[in-house]
Amino acid sequence: MHKILRINMSDLSVKTEEVPVAWAGYGGRALTSTIVAAEVPPTCHPLGPNNKLVFAPGLLTGTVASNSGRLSVGSKSPLTGGIKESNAGGTSAQIIAKLGIKALIIEGLPADDKWRGIYIDKDGARIEEETELIGMGNFAAVQVLNNRISKSAGVIILGPAGEMKMLTSNISVKDPDSHLRSHGRGGLGAVMGSKKIKFIAIDPTGAQPMKIADPVKFKAAGMAFTKFLLNHPVSGQGLKTYGTDILVNVLNEAGGLPTHNFTTGQSLNAESISGETMYANIIKREGKPSHGCHPGCVIQCSQVYNDAEGKYLTSGFEYETIWALGANADVKDLDQIAKADYIMDDLGLDSIETSVMFGVAMEAGVLHWGDGTEIIRILKDEIGKGTPLGRVLGAGTGAVGRAYGVTRVPVVKNQAIPAYDPRSVKGIGITYATTPMGADHTAGYTIATNILGVGGHVDPLKKEGQIDLSRNLQIATAAVDSTGMCLFIAFPVLDDAACLQALIDLINARYGIALTGDDVVGLGKYVLKTEHQFNLDAGFTNKDDRLPEFFTLERLAPHNAIWDFTGPEIDTFWNF
Amino acid sequence: MQIQVRLYATFRIGRFNEQTRDYPPGTRISKVLEDLEIDESLIGTAFIDFKYATLDRELHEGARLGIFPKVGGG
Ligand code: SF4
Repeated sequence: MHKILRINMSDLSVKTEEVPVAWAGYGGRALTSTIVAAEVPPTCHPLGPNNKLVFAPGLLTGTVASNSGRLSVGSKSPLTGGIKESNAGGTSAQIIAKLGIKALIIEGLPADDKWRGIYIDKDGARIEEETELIGMGNFAAVQVLNNRISKSAGVIILGPAGEMKMLTSNISVKDPDSHLRSHGRGGLGAVMGSKKIKFIAIDPTGAQPMKIADPVKFKAAGMAFTKFLLNHPVSGQGLKTYGTDILVNVLNEAGGLPTHNFTTGQSLNAESISGETMYANIIKREGKPSHGCHPGCVIQCSQVYNDAEGKYLTSGFEYETIWALGANADVKDLDQIAKADYIMDDLGLDSIETSVMFGVAMEAGVLHWGDGTEIIRILKDEIGKGTPLGRVLGAGTGAVGRAYGVTRVPVVKNQAIPAYDPRSVKGIGITYATTPMGADHTAGYTIATNILGVGGHVDPLKKEGQIDLSRNLQIATAAVDSTGMCLFIAFPVLDDAACLQALIDLINARYGIALTGDDVVGLGKYVLKTEHQFNLDAGFTNKDDRLPEFFTLERLAPHNAIWDFTGPEIDTFWNF
Repeated sequence: MQIQVRLYATFRIGRFNEQTRDYPPGTRISKVLEDLEIDESLIGTAFIDFKYATLDRELHEGARLGIFPKVGGG
């Protein structure tokens, strides 16, 4: 029943293909990266006819296993020029999996200038011209599609920023409340925009429950796994209450909260933008402190954040966005940040790339430090409308640094560095430098062990142990990203080997196979090496695995910390 | 000696956000936790002057002590 759906935008054809034997054991990131590496010429222009956009649910997606509903998308990134995998929640992945679709490959470029929508259902897919939704914000467009198809349809959608092929643009996915989750990073909205696809709608009619090879074992493993998630203090309670924004105070207390465009490690705004403040506001304003981005999430790190009048402001309000605008761009007011977050979701902008860009733009004098009102205006009237200034800012952090001659430009492989300063949390610096994705905290989240005391402790201020830590986490993450599991399952997995075993048992029972822990590690290594090779073939060298120079020149308060890894030291990361 | 104690997340409930407290020299973090009736098993991380500290660490005059339950994000 498993199939590959191949959609060619050049000749507007849809083909259903058998899954090649070599791909059968892959899902999620392992599958998207394998397909991109096999079918996309590494030196192609990311917005040209030879790039592809590949969507794949994970190995466990569609089953009742908790937190297994994530969707991976892979492509060559127009932001980094390297391979990209970005995964997100929302309802689409589970429907795609239950329709028996193992991967959706979109290739080619249309010969004409028309926008199109793709409709997927149990019988296949059709491509239709789209006019009504063009230029429309994501929230309104999702409502139109709900009315046009059904409220239960999955929707993968491109915002106005993606229509304009901005490098800050993302691909958004409808969540259970018809709000949005995002494949945020790497400018993949621009790839979808180059193919002139406004949306992919997935009709769940006729979706079948997943076939489970050993239902009894699956059920037992699933119950054990869910118990681990619920019993761990981080995945069971912490994330539900404070969301990811709890990290503002944690990183501030550790002196690793990049502030004022990475010039100091602590922010005076920390308390006003903290998870504690967010939680208090949510309770006072009758929002929802916990919320899942897809059915079956028991961790529920998401939330619904209302304004002072109790009206919906935003959801999925993440630490990285709040940090980037609140600490790194000095905006004190959490409500203003929430408004900006909503607008970024509506326009289809990566809220990390865009928000980090504002710090560089402030340094360049484009707007004043901390000016949330002007951020909101620029988002709506410049970036949203594609004015010349909006186009420059919409090209991302690195481009804005180049356009204005700024030297303090926090990017690796041209992708913005997120919310943890690599000088005072050195493990994450190794992840930023080495991951094939460009600066990305999720690729190997050493914060767990450097700062949060999960999976042991490695001193964040010293060099010892960081390369091994980052490597082990990047390998594990590549494997987890292939299962369809949300990465937050890593908190209990890191603390308890039995939780990892329950996860492996789930995969084995689902497919009737006998993977071991070593096999899972092997899968993670394979994924990383495949992605690394793609980048090398695209023209990257080990010199691209470096942090920007300013991290080696400017010390960071309060620890007076500096980035002091040498190039050859960083290169040992790939010794596996 | 004067210690500036900062509590976070659930530890604030029924206690305080920030307080300057007086302790004899040589006091360890675990003693402060005992006074605040915070069970050691609930601790995620403690920081002295913004650096990771184990609970048996001695405090010093003017130290800033930050205490978190087990929390996380990403
Ligand atoms: S924990 Fe958060 S990111 Fe993970 S599946 Fe649940 S809502 Fe989505």
